[in-house]
Amino acid sequence: MDIWSTLSDTFLDWESMKAVLPEMLKVGLVNTLILAAASVVLGTLLGMIVAVLALSSKRWLRWPAKIYTDIFRGLPAILTILLIGQGLSPITRHWWGPNPYPLGVLALSLIAAAYIGEIFRSGIQSVEKGQLEAARALGFSYTSGMRLVVIPQGVRRVLPALVNQFIALVKESSLVYFLGLLASQRELFRIGQDAAATNGNLSPLLLAGIFYLVITVPLTHLVNHFDKRLREGRPVESEDIELKELAHANR
Amino acid sequence: MQTVEAASLEVSGVELAFGSNKVLRGVDLVVPAGQTACVIGPSGSGKSTLLRAINRLLEPDAGDVKLGGESVLRGDADVLRRRIGMVFQHFNLFPHKSVLDNITLPLRKIKKLDAEAAQAAARAQLELVGLAHKAGARPGNLSGGQQQRVAIARALAMQPEVMLFDEATSALDPELVKGVLALMADLAEAGMTMVVVTHEMGFAREVADQVAFMDHGVVVESGVPEQIFDAADSPRLRQFLSQVL
Repeated sequence: MDIWSTLSDTFLDWESMKAVLPEMLKVGLVNTLILAAASVVLGTLLGMIVAVLALSSKRWLRWPAKIYTDIFRGLPAILTILLIGQGLSPITRHWWGPNPYPLGVLALSLIAAAYIGEIFRSGIQSVEKGQLEAARALGFSYTSGMRLVVIPQGVRRVLPALVNQFIALVKESSLVYFLGLLASQRELFRIGQDAAATNGNLSPLLLAGIFYLVITVPLTHLVNHFDKRLREGRPVESEDIELKELAHANR
Repeated sequence: MQTVEAASLEVSGVELAFGSNKVLRGVDLVVPAGQTACVIGPSGSGKSTLLRAINRLLEPDAGDVKLGGESVLRGDADVLRRRIGMVFQHFNLFPHKSVLDNITLPLRKIKKLDAEAAQAAARAQLELVGLAHKAGARPGNLSGGQQQRVAIARALAMQPEVMLFDEATSALDPELVKGVLALMADLAEAGMTMVVVTHEMGFAREVADQVAFMDHGVVVESGVPEQIFDAADSPRLRQFLSQVL
């Protein structure tokens, strides 16, 4: 048995890849991006609320945030997606019919918010106490001091971790296929899997994998970029300023 | 350098505890309008806590603080703090904002100046501390002395009636201390009411109208610099001076 030809039949069947490519692009890629982007936005908003509650000095605000985080971080994503996606559909079908898509986004967002909330909380907590003290000494209220001074700095520090979370969301978006999607709602993984089943080889799934990498690899480079900038500041810009000042001083 | 109408400050019987740890045990300090009081004393004596009790960053448990003759303990603490400028040991500039934006932020958000007026006021203040050319820089690209001068400019731009300095030169390299102290001396000269917590005895002797020695949460002795430094009454003060001078 020729190992190479077996592998190539399984993974590199160009014909089946070519056949599924248009659908992969027009339906799969689009849906994956919509699912990921919608849950990034919703998850980030919810996550910020969770973080602010978790940092509150009032116990009755802190506790719900902690419990929320424990639950959604502690459950397997697939279980949360099924519980919410199927469990809530009898209620939501009154609004948008038996469409699992919005509930999939909701489930992904709720999971993401637990992680993103923790990321924001740690970032905000890492900002020196003197920052809020200085803001308050100038006359800012606690809320404006947090909003204008502390939170912007905290968020900047956790941008790399935040982008990592976005990468995880892109990958986890594949799990909504368990909810049973309409043909037009299928994302990359589902389309790859369907085509793989039809063709009897895994090449379409490999193609789906390549599409995932096309989305996630640039994001990992974005993480590295943020990381580098956090460590080294923005040298080019500051040099610019110094140069301008020199020119100014020499005038 | 000019200041707004400086106000008198009167601290009487102020007490403040962190849990069971009594940090202030009845502090009295009177600073007439336009005068400078230097507060000296060993670390842990409650000097920094006293400053924070004055602008209510920490709420006193007992006693009273009067600004311009009126108690500050009633009413909104946020509104009170607009009238009191504070400068910190570690500058506490906002590192994510440019030097100019550090000063315009409170002007726009608290004093509700429009962007143009805020920038003009901020630039004028930077001019006064000799750092107009650094307006576009980030605080992180400035020396400690420059950062502290920006912090002073930020506080002054709010046109406070009293300025509090919390060991403003303690975190600076020795060669940068002078510039900041000179700026503070100018400010005192211009008639600002100031409470200066400091380890710079030379500054206290030359600039202060009054020196207060704190130990264990009370003002042990206070008076004009000559009296404190040359004719100290209490043994604790004499012991402290023998260690720092």
